[in-house]
Amino acid sequence: MKAVPIGSEKKRVVARVMKHASGDKRFKILEAHIKKFQGRQDSLIEVLHKAQELFGYLEDDLLLFVGYQLKLPPSRVYGVATFYHFFTLKPQGAHTCVVCLGTACYVRGADRVLAAIEAEAKIKAGETTPDRQLSLLTARCIGACGIAPAVVYDGATVPRQTPESAVAQVKGWLPHGP
Amino acid sequence: MAAKTLTIDGKEVSAQEGATILDAASDAGIKIPTLCHLEGVYDIGSCRLCLVEVTGVAKLLPSCTTHVSEGMDVHTDSERLRKYRRMTLELLFAERNHVCSVCVSNNNCELQALAWQHGMDHVRYDYCFPKWGMDATHPLFGMDHNRCILCTRCVRVCWHIEGAGTKNVAGRGAKSTIIDDLHQPWGESDTCTSCGKCVIACPTGALFSRGSTVGEMVRDRSTLEFIVNAREKKQWIV
Amino acid sequence: MDLDDLNTIAEKERAFHKKTVIRCCTAAGCMSSHADAVKAGLEKAVRDTGLGDRVEVRGVGCMRLCCQGPLVGVEPGGILYEKVTPEDAPSLVASTEGAPTKVARGNPDHPFFRKQMSIVLANSGEIDPERIESYIEAEGYRGLNTVLLEMAPKDAVDCVIKSGLRGRGGAGYPTGLKWATVAKTPAAQKYVVCNADEGDPGAFMDRSVLESDPHSVLEGMAIAGYAVGASQGFIYVRAEYPLAIKRLQTAIRQAKQIGLLGSGIFESPFNFNIDIRIGAGAYVCGEETALMASIEGKRGTPRPRPPFPAESGLWGCPTLINNVETLANIPPIIRKGADWYAAIGTGKSKGTKVFALAGKIANTGLIEVPMGTPLRQIVEEMGGGAPDGAKIKAVQTGGPSGGCIPAHELDTPVDYESLTRLGSIMGSGGMIVMDESTRMPEVARYFMEFCMDESCGKCVPCRAGTVQMHRLLDKIVQREATAGDLSTLEELCDMVRNTSLCGLGQNAPNPVVSTLRFFRDEYLELLRKEPNGEPAVTAGAAPAQNKEAS
Repeated sequence: MKAVPIGSEKKRVVARVMKHASGDKRFKILEAHIKKFQGRQDSLIEVLHKAQELFGYLEDDLLLFVGYQLKLPPSRVYGVATFYHFFTLKPQGAHTCVVCLGTACYVRGADRVLAAIEAEAKIKAGETTPDRQLSLLTARCIGACGIAPAVVYDGATVPRQTPESAVAQVKGWLPHGP
Repeated sequence: MAAKTLTIDGKEVSAQEGATILDAASDAGIKIPTLCHLEGVYDIGSCRLCLVEVTGVAKLLPSCTTHVSEGMDVHTDSERLRKYRRMTLELLFAERNHVCSVCVSNNNCELQALAWQHGMDHVRYDYCFPKWGMDATHPLFGMDHNRCILCTRCVRVCWHIEGAGTKNVAGRGAKSTIIDDLHQPWGESDTCTSCGKCVIACPTGALFSRGSTVGEMVRDRSTLEFIVNAREKKQWIV
Repeated sequence: MDLDDLNTIAEKERAFHKKTVIRCCTAAGCMSSHADAVKAGLEKAVRDTGLGDRVEVRGVGCMRLCCQGPLVGVEPGGILYEKVTPEDAPSLVASTEGAPTKVARGNPDHPFFRKQMSIVLANSGEIDPERIESYIEAEGYRGLNTVLLEMAPKDAVDCVIKSGLRGRGGAGYPTGLKWATVAKTPAAQKYVVCNADEGDPGAFMDRSVLESDPHSVLEGMAIAGYAVGASQGFIYVRAEYPLAIKRLQTAIRQAKQIGLLGSGIFESPFNFNIDIRIGAGAYVCGEETALMASIEGKRGTPRPRPPFPAESGLWGCPTLINNVETLANIPPIIRKGADWYAAIGTGKSKGTKVFALAGKIANTGLIEVPMGTPLRQIVEEMGGGAPDGAKIKAVQTGGPSGGCIPAHELDTPVDYESLTRLGSIMGSGGMIVMDESTRMPEVARYFMEFCMDESCGKCVPCRAGTVQMHRLLDKIVQREATAGDLSTLEELCDMVRNTSLCGLGQNAPNPVVSTLRFFRDEYLELLRKEPNGEPAVTAGAAPAQNKEAS
């Protein structure tokens, strides 16, 4: 049975999160950002964007912190964070590779590009290599259809990829690379 | 408020302005099948079982969220609607693992009852057999995600009657799931007040009282209505 | 700020121009081919050669022929250079003084350019999207000035009704009527929302407009705000478009600085502010009610309509939601009049439409043509047909909600009604060309996978139905399906279309239905056969009523 009465546990969690936050400058920046929105609850998505930008991913304490600041229940913050593809709750690799799978890229062979990278990195789309060097992601469409198939390596969109060019690009990021 | 006169399945019916087709039909003794609808909480029109035909409107309309209007001609039980309803039920049965014979809600299940009413004796789609887990960490209640149909009745009672906001939907599409707080074991939730309204609200055997075995999970929904009446109408509060 | 101030800014801008203008595309397509380095190279070359008083380098928006980027244009002379590298810069700059250059030249007289008619893209590739002065020089904010000083809100609504403009986001609802509904709903607070959540894969028109001419969208929103009585606007833009977001932020800041947004615009009592809301990767948020939920910071799930957003939208207030291209059409309509606009296009589809040409086609990029232009002219004449002599098999329009138009229907004029008749939709304007190597059941499976992954999960037909349709399509592609599976699939298509809550589910079957209509043979060929050559039937697929008696 539950040992602690309702309420006391909540206080404990808030205290833990606040203690965690007090030692980290990034929480201060996030708090200032939340103030910019006057703590409005409809700013949740904007705040999560900022949080992910600062921390790289949305860990539990960060979600609790955001929920506490915006006076939203944790389930609401978690529900929103998991609805949108852009948010990630797991740490990402040092490098990211986003293969666009939009229609234009698809008819020009993006599936083969993705398969080649998956084989080379030995991970599936959506995964990160065990050494946290490379995260392989896919996008629905990045709007670069005129230069399909496009792949985004560490934020830079590169046009007209082939399985060979893509493998050459990620090889250096992998431990078994040259 | 003005009264509106409309026809439902050929029967002349009058209803208050702002009432839904579902209300009007129910007052007139016409039963429209529902699954996500629950007396006491607002409607979201997501199960699509209560869709009806309205003469002059090309699209089918959810009766739980569509308001009555003067002269409306509603049909609730056409062959087309029956076919769609049965397909919807088949899709639900194929989506997760609904095994009535071992379920706590056997014979007390809204999904099962609807399947019977619609003559759904087999499913034509491939069963997905997903591997959803079971949460038995709460001292009083349990949640078996395999039997969840994502009607969100539990979420709505938790937010709008209890006001705790413990439960919510996470993820999306077929990967949607009901969570507690930050998707943690229910028993570790900081916000759950253990009020049990979610268990009363559940139409299937997904949420249950611990200790109940096959067919034992009977729910008394009037408890919910009682609470809503007390809170909204403040009838007997001095 | 008044009209004289606008004219002063425009004159100053004009005086600043040099004899020769080198325009360098800085939209996302060319940027990914290092257009920023090309522009820096050109600027350095101008400095190095001391030609600064005669030659001007201008970063501009999309110059349309994305496949040949980075693109550089030189005026006077109307010269277009293709696939320019930073190393080409000195030679290009020298050529403005008459020196020969080996940089590859494009053909500005090609039908790809010649057959275009620019209204929405008029400034794209001409002005500097990062400078408000450049937009003001190109008649910018004159429409807003006219509306605020010379027209009553009702006149502005009437003007848009008369123009015949229809929503460019997909369904083609008459824009003026939408405005009128919001305008006549009484409320203390109303909102204008620009839907820039361009989610259709293969569509990049809105991105290009935002990157190339952001002020035209802001001006369109302000005009709409005045017409319907709203003082606050939101632009909901995809996180996948960082450059568009950056340019919008710059544009809003500049407009506020000189008083074209904010309080008392043009010394009238009209106040209007615009905030940006950044999406987070959910296709369903292109649906208006889901988009509003997302702006409110919630899970982007749609809700049943009515009530329509025009009556009860953001936070329960009347809300006007228009797409980027729709709003970009507004300033020219106000400036040049409703009659001018209504004279372009066909009987029921007025004006022009921007399309993103992509896929198996020689010239990929952005085109703007009058409504009613035959598809053949777009893909064969302007697009140059399929590359490497391959044959065009179909043109896909409308993204995952649209359909595939077969090659033998290419003479269809592009307007809302004709495309709907062919089982497709105008959609936002993505046009993907497929050649003979494309297998249609696989295309249908691709789109179904898309809808399955993007379904929000709220309503049963879309959440569970797309999963089953995808399974059936996969079975067909793997040659494991029977004739019964095909009819189960068709029955599901009908059911999901008629029972889903929002447009995503209602239109999810379109790619299947349209490919089945025009390419049914390809499906039949893949069905499992009995040894005697007859199509196989499995017990699981037998009609349900046979078993009802048991």
